Amino acid sequence: MQALFDEFPVILGAFWLTIRLTLASGLLALVLGTILAGMRVSPLPVLRGIGTAYVNIVRNTPLTLVIVFCGLGLGLVLDVSFSTSLSTNYLWLSIIGLSAYTAAFVCEAIRAGINTVPLGQAEAARAIGLTFFQNLRLIVLPQALRAVIAPLGSVLIALIKNTTIAAAIGVGEASLTMKTLFESHGDAVVPIFFGFALGFLILTLPTGLLFTWLSKRLAVVR
Amino acid sequence: MSTLTAEPRKTRKRASVPDRVSVLYDAPGPRARMRNTVLTVVVVLVALLAVYVMVTKLDEKNQLNADLWTPFLRGDVWINLILPGLFNTLSAAAVAALIAVPFGFVFGIGRLSDHAWIRVPAGAVVEFFRAIPLLIMIFAVMYGGSAVFGLTVTPFMAVVTGLVLYNGSVLAEIVRAGILSIPRGQSEAALAIGLRKGQVMRMILLPQGVTAMMPAIVAQLVVLLKDTALGFIVSFEDLLNAGARVLPSNFNNIIPAVIVIAIVYIIINLIVGAIATLLERRSRRSRKTSAQPVAPPGAVVAPGSGDISAVD
Repeated sequence: MQALFDEFPVILGAFWLTIRLTLASGLLALVLGTILAGMRVSPLPVLRGIGTAYVNIVRNTPLTLVIVFCGLGLGLVLDVSFSTSLSTNYLWLSIIGLSAYTAAFVCEAIRAGINTVPLGQAEAARAIGLTFFQNLRLIVLPQALRAVIAPLGSVLIALIKNTTIAAAIGVGEASLTMKTLFESHGDAVVPIFFGFALGFLILTLPTGLLFTWLSKRLAVVR
Repeated sequence: MSTLTAEPRKTRKRASVPDRVSVLYDAPGPRARMRNTVLTVVVVLVALLAVYVMVTKLDEKNQLNADLWTPFLRGDVWINLILPGLFNTLSAAAVAALIAVPFGFVFGIGRLSDHAWIRVPAGAVVEFFRAIPLLIMIFAVMYGGSAVFGLTVTPFMAVVTGLVLYNGSVLAEIVRAGILSIPRGQSEAALAIGLRKGQVMRMILLPQGVTAMMPAIVAQLVVLLKDTALGFIVSFEDLLNAGARVLPSNFNNIIPAVIVIAIVYIIINLIVGAIATLLERRSRRSRKTSAQPVAPPGAVVAPGSGDISAVD
């Protein structure tokens, strides 16, 4: 138990990195996922094909493989570099992996949301002469996004948990820090585990509650 | 089957499920067709440019050299290096699935119990293991097993334990949703004819619920299979280990190896996913249940799309 208090600043720092990973990947994934969803409902078969292929490939690949590919493949072999600092570079590579992966799930959630928008909305938009892009941007997506806030919350919670996989390429977020602490405090494995578990509960449970509340608050009244 | 029984089923379905996607744009006229053709050409050109940039980048780093790729044409490479990893991945997934499914039924039904002393602990276990990341569970089993209980924990055991606890808890939610999705009249009628609570569950709710929950359970197995790759982080000799450690140490070909391994994962998961979709359609049609198929927790399934996959 003492170990937990002694290492408290380290643990806090690790969770701060987890939060930063989540926010950065979440934002990128939201943008990329929305673009992908737009592609998957577009009038061009070739765009639809690219979107569908992306989602099906990424969704069926283990995230660990994606992260390892980003770290070792892009980072070491192809010399993709975001920073001269090695740890910052791996941080960004893991953000790329996490957002590329999460974008597929964001896309599917938004696409399901598009399906919840009543037919008449899109028909009316077409009737007043809006183009596909205007229709999507002004009429359909705002309603679709508000319909899928709860599922997007699930995706975000999954992302918070998935950031731990950045440990595979040595990003010192919560799970890797926990492993390091296990090694240095072999006698305090149980308290350290429950400390980290509590940290994740503090991150995931309120996120779930917040998104449930938001989804009710922002639901489109029909 | 007489047409008399088939008739109401047809009317129950909405007259025609409209193609919801194409409602965003009109059937293209001559100008729109022209514009679409031009845009298609532009998209194809941009895509080709992207592929070209990637290929030159790979070539620059000598990643297209034949000796990095030819190992995958050799039978001994597959037999000695890749297939053992695949076998370990599949056996970890199979063992975990075989334990996780009963785990899910026990805790899912437990959460529906009338007794608070069963319901509350079952709920706490399920919520706890769903809320924390699988990887810290695997680390905890790995280090906790030896530090606390003095056991030698193999990576296989750590991975399977983590997978069972996490996926079992998600399956518990699916089981609960499946049973709750059955119209109340079913259990009310069963109770009215004098069945006990246990009998209602065993004879009325579970048989119908299983049909409703089967697609989501199989979709969750895709997640389970994908998550076996976490074993890589604790040195479990799985398929990802073959692709990211064993092959590169032999042929120095991390990029080709990871790509080939990814294709293997994708094919396996597409097959399991296809089974889930098939079951979803069957379950939707099934007359053995009064419930509609349930979606995996957190997932949204577009009505009538038949596409079912879990959020992970």
